[in-house]
Amino acid sequence: MSNSERPSKLFRNLNAKVASIPMVLTALVVFVGGTAWTVLYSFTNSKLLPRLNFVGLDQYHRLWSTSRWLVSIENLLIYGAISLVFSLVIGFLLAALLDQKIRFEDTFRTIFLYPFALSFIVTGLVWQWLLNPDFGVQRVVRDLGWTSFSFDPLYNSSIVIYGISIAALWQGTGLIMCLMLAGLRGIDEDIWKAARVDGIPAWKTYLFIVIPMMRPVFITTLVIIAAGIVKVYDLVVAQTSGGPGIASEVPAKYVYDYMFFAQNLGQGFAASTMMLLSVVIVIVPWAYLEFGGKKRG
Amino acid sequence: MADVASLSTSAQALRRHATGPSGPKPRHVLSRRNIFLYGTLIVVALYYLLPLYVMIVTSLKGMPEIRLGNIFSPPMEITFEPWVKAWASACTGLNCDGLSRGFWNSVRITVPSVLLSIAIASVNGYALANWRFKGADTFFIILIVGAFIPYQVMIYPIVIILREIGIYGTLTGLVIVHSIFGMPILTLLFRNYFTSMPEELFRAARVDGAGFWGIYLRIMLPMSLPIFVVAIILQVTGIWNDFLFGVVYTRPDTYPMTVQLNNIVNSVQGVKEYNVNMAATILTGLVPLIVYFISGKLFVRGIAAGAVKG
Repeated sequence: MSNSERPSKLFRNLNAKVASIPMVLTALVVFVGGTAWTVLYSFTNSKLLPRLNFVGLDQYHRLWSTSRWLVSIENLLIYGAISLVFSLVIGFLLAALLDQKIRFEDTFRTIFLYPFALSFIVTGLVWQWLLNPDFGVQRVVRDLGWTSFSFDPLYNSSIVIYGISIAALWQGTGLIMCLMLAGLRGIDEDIWKAARVDGIPAWKTYLFIVIPMMRPVFITTLVIIAAGIVKVYDLVVAQTSGGPGIASEVPAKYVYDYMFFAQNLGQGFAASTMMLLSVVIVIVPWAYLEFGGKKRG
Repeated sequence: MADVASLSTSAQALRRHATGPSGPKPRHVLSRRNIFLYGTLIVVALYYLLPLYVMIVTSLKGMPEIRLGNIFSPPMEITFEPWVKAWASACTGLNCDGLSRGFWNSVRITVPSVLLSIAIASVNGYALANWRFKGADTFFIILIVGAFIPYQVMIYPIVIILREIGIYGTLTGLVIVHSIFGMPILTLLFRNYFTSMPEELFRAARVDGAGFWGIYLRIMLPMSLPIFVVAIILQVTGIWNDFLFGVVYTRPDTYPMTVQLNNIVNSVQGVKEYNVNMAATILTGLVPLIVYFISGKLFVRGIAAGAVKG
């Protein structure tokens, strides 16, 4: 509402501007203002209440020398790599299988996608139960005769993050499959026919023709997965509460705990600013290409 | 049928371009290929269904049977007691009135949040698509980029804003938060949909003298009911499944269902009752699951429309 230099222009589109007030407020006050506020206060030594008492980069020094934060970052990297690779590969393979003009396609798709309708809390609790060493998969396999079989990712601090990734993949690959399927359906039928006429095997057609053609779909999917990775929080809370010890902590949980339990706001702000930084590096170039370039065309 | 029709039309199209052999290539029903294809799909489908099956089976068993047996075996004696207990008397802290409290809280959060966020975003998307004003696109880009900012960055400033207004900890506050964070994806959804509608329609209505709200209410709204359904599906599941905002912006007596569920299952006191936990988990997942199974293709469309731009 700031362009008041020409009243006639302001008046002409008044309704649209009034209708956009919520968007403008959200964009400016919450997204820009809130983010700037948090970044600003990450340079202070705020404890229980936010105070503008600047201490430079102290909070960041503390952050990067806290073992819990380092564990969180390491977990996020492992979890991120697993989610990215496996959900892309599995999602694409499932989509390719469903794209073979099969029967019961709707049924299969419904089954693969239903976990996505469930919350991370529900997902985490189900997998906590399935991976319970006393009653779950480990017990069942042991009862079958392999008494030394050991599979207790949620109680073993060196592999706990993989246990969480299993649940995350179960929940999220259906979405990736759907995106990939939509991408595959966007490929012209004639391309397949041309490839078949030329005698190119199907896997080669996928690898060298279809996948390069699906580049925009892959980029969008990648951005969606990446944004989801950084935000991972509820799944960990439900499945392990960060345990055993601090073995499955993630940055989002670090932020929440420092802001609302440890009453160390400065640490929380610094940690959330680091999260923001990681996202900015990924998102800004993409958003520029996606939305900035299109208008000129 | 539709399959055959589309094949033959594209075959005709091909015939015009290609000089090679014409007509659809006969498709062999290679049984080995089909066995591999369906075999893989069925195995994967079973893997995806397994947790749901285990959830249901566990919730119908008594605790002695759970301690003895295996999580995959069907219940020998079916009991609905865990369901009753999960709904009506499971404890979180001092409250022992079960998940029902969280359920009704979630209803009271979800319904107004869905209505408010869709009302705001649809009008917004309409303004962006048809009534562009200077600077509108800048705000829109900020909004979309903002969707990728980790919530953790904006949580605390919003706490302060809500506290200043005096609605921190209330359901109203949470409804506003959901409307704010639903705005980017919904606005994108509606903007793209309205942009794809024929421009002539809009022009004709303007020539006839209809204004901003007139066109929205009498033309855009009735013509875009499918996208409203998609938005409702997206928001109902999204808001019902939310945990972070619930835990930050509400108090124990206004906790949504997901938060209460987590508190029940992960509470450290008392003996773990896995059957009650699983019944509670199913109860919490039930609403989005029902929405999902009823909406079917629209759910998929919502995802595709929201994620891949048309």
